[in-house]
Order: sequence, then structure tokens, then C-alpha cells
Amino acid sequence: MIRVQNLVKRFGEVAAVDGVSFDVQAGEIFAFLGPNGAGKTTTIQMLTTLLRPTEGSITLDGLDPVSKPLDVRRRFGIVFQDPSLDSELTAAENMDLHGVLYHVPRRIRVERAETLLKLFELWDRRNSRVKEFSGGMRRRLEIARGLLHTPKILFLDEPTLGLDPQSRNLLWTHIKHLNETEGVTVFLTTHYMDEAERVARRIAIIDHGRIVAQGTPGELKQQTGSESLEQAFLALTGSTIRDEQADGSDQMRRMAKMWRR
Amino acid sequence: MAVIYILWLREVKKYLRSKPQVIASLGQPLMYLLVLGFGLGPIFQRAGQGNYLQFVAPGVIGMSILFSSIFSGVGLLWDRQFGFLKETLVAPVPRLQIMVGRTLGGATTALMQGTLILVICLIAGFRPYDLTALPLAFLFMVLIAIVFAALGTAIGSALKDMQGFQMVMNFLVMPIFFLSGALYPLTDLPMPLTIATHVDPLAYGIDGLRGAFSGESHFGALTDLAILGTVASCFLALGAWSFSRIQV
Ligand SMILES: Nc1ncnc2c1ncn2[C@@H]1O[C@H](COP(=O)(O)OP(=O)(O)OP(=O)(O)O)[C@@H](O)[C@H]1O
Ligand SMILES: [Mg+2]
Repeated sequence: MIRVQNLVKRFGEVAAVDGVSFDVQAGEIFAFLGPNGAGKTTTIQMLTTLLRPTEGSITLDGLDPVSKPLDVRRRFGIVFQDPSLDSELTAAENMDLHGVLYHVPRRIRVERAETLLKLFELWDRRNSRVKEFSGGMRRRLEIARGLLHTPKILFLDEPTLGLDPQSRNLLWTHIKHLNETEGVTVFLTTHYMDEAERVARRIAIIDHGRIVAQGTPGELKQQTGSESLEQAFLALTGSTIRDEQADGSDQMRRMAKMWRR
Repeated sequence: MAVIYILWLREVKKYLRSKPQVIASLGQPLMYLLVLGFGLGPIFQRAGQGNYLQFVAPGVIGMSILFSSIFSGVGLLWDRQFGFLKETLVAPVPRLQIMVGRTLGGATTALMQGTLILVICLIAGFRPYDLTALPLAFLFMVLIAIVFAALGTAIGSALKDMQGFQMVMNFLVMPIFFLSGALYPLTDLPMPLTIATHVDPLAYGIDGLRGAFSGESHFGALTDLAILGTVASCFLALGAWSFSRIQV
């Protein structure tokens, strides 16, 4: 369903993604794990037509996101890591707008919005503007919105960021259900190893823009001789913290970003 | 169509919900209208140019449409900053539709703003010479709104953050305003200024508007319409191209 070969993305000299290859089968739940700044979000942005790769090739359902962006966009749904709601609009309006953008017929749109808002306990607040929501409520709305249409492939970039255990549990139960009943292929990232172990059939671990290991949770534990996925992760990626240094070159980059090429 | 409509509606809703901003944005045009209208009035009259309020009102209406349309395009920068832009960019919809919906929405809110200023002008004592010319005046307001909302979209797509916007304000929008003849007649200007006013699209908008309100036009209504129409098409194409190239 997704095939990535020697994918590279450079921002100036920094290679955020540095020669990544992997395959995701149709109907699979695939977890993409890695420390902060490893290149997970950048990879997802290239898969979802938001960034053009520097090198390498991608196919989604047999289509290239660079040459056929619109066809690719018809095939996936995404929950972003960063906020992407319109905070001036209400929860219901955000849902409705999404439904229109994804050509969900009105009747289904209304029905599904109600089901999802109830599921994520936002129904009572549906007519409040998003700017009045707490961080967790916004996050739940992002997820509910992402699930409004049923895509072939669902990208979840740290969907459980900032969510309480109840909501996390709810989300993964729902995702597993979607995967089993509708055959939706799921590509997810998370920093919670237990979540990855619980839902993912296969896992790729990325560090400094390169894939350091791939396999089922069992295989990764076996490879590293670890008891848990968390240990396996630490064994593969080391235990130092990845800091994002904001030095002179970083500032230059920000200046250059002001005017797009 | 549904996509264009919902994005248009989004802009209009946001405008109608931001009452404090609407009121704040009336401040500048009001100042021009009252301070200049009454302050320069006597000199203008002595120079044999008639009533300055009658003269400056169309200019102030054009100005408020110019500013609100450009600002609406810059709303793109906010949407980028707060992340909503991504949501529209990954949707299975041609970017052109997204751009058109946003731009028409921005033009509509600018038009509402301009209409509000027109009403204020009428209250302040401005009198169109002939009410049958109002539809023509309205057409010019629509054209000004579209021209600059499209330009705003082009600028908003090209800029990455708010810092660049200050430059655009100082080196593009303010000159467009000051060279448009909103505040002074276009006759008997020094050569360089004449040239500059002739390449300023707003000059044709304000001239058309003034022509419709007062019956006296510098370029002629047909020229104004033709030029504004052409510029609108060019800027829409530019905005669409610029928008289609956005990466996050
Ligand atoms: N627009 C950009 N310009 C320059 N560098 C960027 C840009 N986006 C990302 N990077 C850099 O690319 C690297 C990978 O970033 P990315 O966001 O893909 O990491 P991630 O794996 O998603 O991390 P996290 O777990 O923190 O979300 C980082 O070093 C980051 O600084
Ligand atoms: Mg990330």
C-alpha cells in the first residue's frame, strides 16, 4: 500500500530524512518510532503531498504523491502532530468543513459527526468555538475530525499527544476496529511504546533520518535481547536526549524561510 | 462548488464574528474622512476644486476595501501559523478551488467593510449626484475587492511569516494607496507621479468609483472597467499559481 525507496529530504545541509526505505502492506497497522527530531513527521509530510522529497521515490496505492498529488489525497486521511483546527470556528463547524472538503454527503456527514463527537465526548460542546477548548479537547476534536471520512490509508502523527489514558484507550480501540472492519491501512507514530506494541503489526525504528531496525514487536525484542519494546527502542537508539539546537544557522534558516524560493 | 462555498462562508463567518476588529478597522478610514475631509476642505474649496468631502469619500471607500482585501489574503499567514492551512492543503480538492473560495470570501468581507464606510460617508454628509449610478459604483467596489484579495492571496502564499508582511505594507500597499489619487485629483501632476498613478490599479478603481458617484471621471468608466477586469484576471492567475506552490 505504501512503498518508500531511498527517501531523502534535506533542509539546507541538514538531512532530516536520509535514505529511508520501507513497505507497508494493505490492511496493516504500521508504527514508525523514533526519538525527537528523527524525521518521522518529515516523512509523513512527504507521504501526504505536503513536502516534495529531495531524492528517492514514494508510491501510495501505486501512485506518486509528487506527480499525482490529487489522486493521492483522495486515498488518505491524517491526524497531524501539530494543531490544524480553525480556532475561530466551533467544533461542529470544523467537522462540517472537513466533511465538505472530503466530499462526504451531507446526511452521512451529519450522522458521523454526531457519532464521533459523542464518542470523543465533545457533543455537549459542539457549538463552542475551538479557542475555548482545553488542549486535550482540541486533540480529541482533531482525531474525531480525522475519522469523519473513511480513507484507504490513515496517517496518525502522535495522535495521543496530550491525551488522558481514557481517551487514548478509546482511540486505539476505535483504530483497531476500523482496521479490522474496514481494512484501513494505518501508519502511526507515537512515543508510547506500549501503544505501538498493542496495536502495530510491524514497527520501523528511525533515528537521525535513517531506519535502524524493522520488524514485528517480537522480532525487535529478540534482535536486541530485550524484555520490552521500550528496552529494545533504547538499545537501538541510545539513551541520550536529542536536543534541537537553536544556533546561528537555525536563525539563518528562519530568515530564509520568510521568502519562499 | 460546495468546497468554494464552505471556504467562502468561513471567511464571512470569521468577519462577522470579529466585531471588535471590524470596529477597530473603521478607525483609520474615519480619520481620513473626518480629519482630511474637514481639515483640507477649505483649501480645496479655495483652489476651486469644490467640496473635499465629496471628493475624498470614494477614495476612503476604496482605501478601506484595499486594506481589508490585502489583510484577508494575509489571513493565509495566520492559517499557516495556527496550522489550519495544512488541513485544506491535504484535502482531495484542487488547490484552485481552495484559492478561489478563500479569495472570494476575502473580497466579500472587504466589500462589506467598504459598504459600511459608504454608509458612514453618507451619514457624514457625502451625497452621490445620482442614485441610478449606485449599481455602477457597487460594481467598482466589487472589482477593487477582487483585485486586491487576489493580490493578498498571492502575497500570503509567498510569505512565510508575519515579519515579511510589514515590508509588504510599507513598500507595496501604502504606495498603492498614496498613488491612487484617493486623496488628491490626478490632473496636473508632475510627470513621474503621473506615470506612477497610471500603473496603480487602485487609481482606476477609485476613478471609476468617483465617476459613478460624481459623474466626473479622469480615465473614463470604460477604461476603468477594462483595466480593472484585466488586472483582476492577472492577479487571480498569479494568486492561483502562488497558492498552488505552497509547501508546509
Ligand atoms: N521546515 C523545516 N526546516 C528545517 N528543518 C526542519 C524543518 N522541519 C523539520 N526540520 C528538521 O528535520 C528534523 C526532523 O524533524 P521531524 O519533525 O521530522 O522529527 P520527528 O521525528 O517528527 O520528531 P518529533 O518526535 O519531535 O515530532 C529535525 O532536526 C528538524 O529540526
Ligand atoms: Mg514529529
